[in-house]
Amino acid sequence: MQLRETGQRPPFFNTSLPRASHWLLLAPAWVWMTAFFLLPLVIVLVYSFLSKGDYGGVALPLTGSNYGRFVDPLYLRILGRSFLIAAAATALCLAIGYPLAYYIARYGGRWKNALLFLVVLPFWTSFLVRTYAWIFLLRDTGLINTLLIRLGWVRVPLPLLYNEGAVLVGLVHGFLPLMVLPLYASIERLNPALLEAAADLGARPFSSFYRVTLPLTRSGVYAGSVLVFVSALGAYITPDLLGGGKSIMIGNLVQNQFTTARDWPFGSAASLLLMAVVVAALQLCRGEGDFR
Amino acid sequence: MTPGGSKPRALALFAAGAYAFLHLPVLILIAFSFNESRFTVWTGTSWKWYRELARSPRILEALQNSLVVAAAATALSTVIGTLCAIAMGRRRRPSDRALDAVMQLSIVTPEIVTGISLLAFFQWIFRFLDLGLGLGTIIIAHVAFSIAFVLLVVRARLAALDPALEEAAMDLGAGPTATFFRVTLPLLQPGILAAALLAFIISFDDYLITSLVAGVGSETLPMVIYSMARRGISPVVNALSAILVVALGGLILVADRLQRGSEHWKVGTFESSAAPGK
Repeated sequence: MQLRETGQRPPFFNTSLPRASHWLLLAPAWVWMTAFFLLPLVIVLVYSFLSKGDYGGVALPLTGSNYGRFVDPLYLRILGRSFLIAAAATALCLAIGYPLAYYIARYGGRWKNALLFLVVLPFWTSFLVRTYAWIFLLRDTGLINTLLIRLGWVRVPLPLLYNEGAVLVGLVHGFLPLMVLPLYASIERLNPALLEAAADLGARPFSSFYRVTLPLTRSGVYAGSVLVFVSALGAYITPDLLGGGKSIMIGNLVQNQFTTARDWPFGSAASLLLMAVVVAALQLCRGEGDFR
Repeated sequence: MTPGGSKPRALALFAAGAYAFLHLPVLILIAFSFNESRFTVWTGTSWKWYRELARSPRILEALQNSLVVAAAATALSTVIGTLCAIAMGRRRRPSDRALDAVMQLSIVTPEIVTGISLLAFFQWIFRFLDLGLGLGTIIIAHVAFSIAFVLLVVRARLAALDPALEEAAMDLGAGPTATFFRVTLPLLQPGILAAALLAFIISFDDYLITSLVAGVGSETLPMVIYSMARRGISPVVNALSAILVVALGGLILVADRLQRGSEHWKVGTFESSAAPGK
C-alpha cells in the first residue's frame, strides 16, 4: 500500500524470479522487438546515409546529402505545412477538448465513465472508416453540399473536400480523444475547494479559471497537446484521403519516396527527421506533461 | 457551489456538440449504408449493398485475409506480451528498463516510419532468403506493433492485483508454480483477454503498415476500403464500414468491461495505449 501511495508500482510478487526464468520470459519479446522493430530502424538509419541506386534501392557512396535536401524550398514548404497543420489541429483539439474534459470531470456525475467511454470509443473503431465518413460528408455530392443545394443556400457545391481545411477537420476528429483523456485526468485531480477559495477571495469566474484552474491543469494541457501534435505530424491517411494529394505532409512525403519516387535514402532521411521531432517533443514535455 | 450558475448549461451544450462531432459522421454513414439509392438522396431502406458485399469475391477474400492475420497476430503478441508483463511484474531488473524504453519507442513511432522501416528490412533480408512479401510479413509486422499494447494492458492489470492474494496462497501451502497457475493467472485472465481484444482490433484495423508490407496479391479489408475510398464514394464501402464499426465497437465494449472488472476505470491504460501517427 505504501508503495502505491508514493506512486510506484507495487511489486506484485514478493519473491524475485530466478535470473534464468526472468530472461526466458523476456526472450521472445526481446527477439521480436530487436529483429522486427530495432533492426529495421537501424537499416533506415544506414539507408539515410547512402545514395540512390540505379533501379531504386540504395547504393554507395556514403553521403550526408539526403539530409541537406531539406533546405530545398520544395521540401521546406512540406515541412512547414506539416508543422502548421499539426499545430492548428492541436490548438483546435485543445479548444474543443478542454471544455469537454471539464464538463465530464466536473459535471459528469454518475455518467462519468460512460461519457469518457464515448470519447474513447471512436478512437478505437476504425480510424480509416472515420476518415472515409468525412469524404462522404464533404465531397461535392456529399451530404452537406446536397443539403445546402436543396435548401437553396448555394447554387454550386462548396469545395469542402481535398484541401487543408478538410485535412484539419479529419485530424481534429481523429485525435480529439488523445487530448481529452489527459485533460480529464488533470481536471479530475483538481480540488474544487481551491476554486471556492478563489471565489471567496473575490476572484471572478474568468480570473479564477485563468489563475487557478488552468495553471493547476497545465500537465494535462501539455500531455494532450504533445500527443495530438505528434500524432498529427506523423499523419498519413488523413492528408492522403482528405487532402487529395494536394496538401501533402511529411508522412506522405516519406511514403511517396518509398513507393512512387523510389528514392529510399531520401525517404529514410525524411522518416528519421519525423521520428526525431516526435521523440524530441515527447521528451521535452516529459517533465511537464501528465503521461502515465 | 459550482462557480457561475449558468455555466453548466452552456458547457453541457458545448459537450453535446463535441459528442455530435465525434459520433455523427460515422452514424450518418451507417444510416446511409441502408439507403437504396447510390446517391446521397434517401430513396428508401434496403439491404442491397450488404448483399452486394457478400457476393464480392474480392471483399470476401480480403475479409478472410484480415481474419487470418488478426488471429495469428493476436495469438502471438498476446503470448509474447503477457510473458513479458509477468516477468516485469516481478521485482524488476535493470535490464528491464531498456526493454521498457524499446516498447515505449514502438508505441510513439509514427506508423509510416514503422511501415517503411519494415519494408526496407524485408527487402534487405529477402536478398538472402527465398521468400517474399505476403500474409507472413503482415503478421510479423502486426505482432511487432501489438506487443507493446499487450504489455501495457496486462501490466496495468497486474499492478492492480492485491499481492496479499498470492501471499495467502503461499501461506496456505501452495508452491510458487501452483500459486501462479491457480491464483495469479486466473486473476490476470480478464486483463489478458482485454489485451488480446485490443491486439485484434488494432491488427484488424491497420491500413498503413499493412499496405506497405503486403506486397502484391494479399489484400486486407482496410486495404480494400482504402483503395475504394480513394476513388470516391461507393455504397458498398458504406456497408463495409458499417459492419467494421459495429464489430470493432462491440469488441471494444467487451474489452472495456473486462478491463474495468473489479478495479476502477483506469484512464491511464487507454490514454497511454493511444497510437500516434495514423
